[in-house]
Amino acid sequence: MKDKKIIIAAVTFVLIAGFVLAASIYRSSHAEKMGFMAKEDFSKFVPDYAPRTGDEKAKVFVVEFLDPECESCREFYPFTKDLLNKYQGKIQLVVRYAPFHDNSEIAIRIVEAARKQNKYWETLENLFQYQPEWGDHHNPRPDLIWTRLGEVQGLDIEKLKQDMNDPQITKNLDQDITDGRELQVRYTPSFFINGKPLEDFGAEQLKNAIEAALAEK
Amino acid sequence: MNEQKAEEGVWYIIFGAWVIALISTLGSLFFSEVMRFPPCVLCWYQRICMYPLVLIFLVGLFPLNKSVLRFSLPLSLAGLGIALYHNLLYYKILPESAAPCVQGISCTTVFIKWLGFITIPLLALTGFSLIIILQLLAMRKLKHER
Repeated sequence: MKDKKIIIAAVTFVLIAGFVLAASIYRSSHAEKMGFMAKEDFSKFVPDYAPRTGDEKAKVFVVEFLDPECESCREFYPFTKDLLNKYQGKIQLVVRYAPFHDNSEIAIRIVEAARKQNKYWETLENLFQYQPEWGDHHNPRPDLIWTRLGEVQGLDIEKLKQDMNDPQITKNLDQDITDGRELQVRYTPSFFINGKPLEDFGAEQLKNAIEAALAEK
Repeated sequence: MNEQKAEEGVWYIIFGAWVIALISTLGSLFFSEVMRFPPCVLCWYQRICMYPLVLIFLVGLFPLNKSVLRFSLPLSLAGLGIALYHNLLYYKILPESAAPCVQGISCTTVFIKWLGFITIPLLALTGFSLIIILQLLAMRKLKHER
């Protein structure tokens, strides 16, 4: 009887220890693989077409895969903005899309069309701000986006409606989806700091990862 | 004496089933929590059948209680049924339109393919099958003993 309890304890211990070990091996090899990809294939993370902000000479690229309809992206956005201010001149934020919701595509087309009028960030913020209205999961009302867009100063909505259907937007979005798949983006927001995936999601973790990347330079 | 020996054998068989249930549980958690594969609906149903087995078998082992076979068999059979259905969808023997996953994660997305044929639903099917074989084996052993 006593022996049997020891067997059970030993098996439990070995399996759980194996789990933890395998998890840490997987995580580090995953991060290494991404780091390698970032060196070899920079455009997989930062393609020319992707919207970005921050100092152009900044060496640390924070790539964020986001979805305008994702609540966590909305919640997290202020932290990202704070970090951009805090590390002004040192980091660049690059936005990629991972449309995981029903109306993500419409929202993405709207912000991308606004980019042509240089109103990208204002429009993205507007969509995030009113996301609870138009992006409610039980009763999504994408039509409500339009009622609030007028609050973006200087945005020409008629022009935006035309630009939304630009085939280039479709092409870029498809590329984002393809790259996202390859980079194993399965939730939003997903961050890559100089190609290194942010394994543990959180504001503090993102800040630490940026600090680490800055220290490497 | 003979009876005691048979009981000893049954203990180890149930122990084996417990190990398989534990490996399956940790394995599925590895896929979802470490590798971040989103579990589809069918996967969740199978988890509902698999996870409790770890605890049920454990309780039945100390001290050995033969009823544990009766309590665990419905769970493993239900799990096997769902796993079978999932595999039929996965290997396209049933059309995808028959899949219940309307929104969210498709039940037929292939995440891993080890050695060209080992997929996650196949692992689940194997786990449930092995557990059921062991359960039947233990039941037979107990019957013969009488």
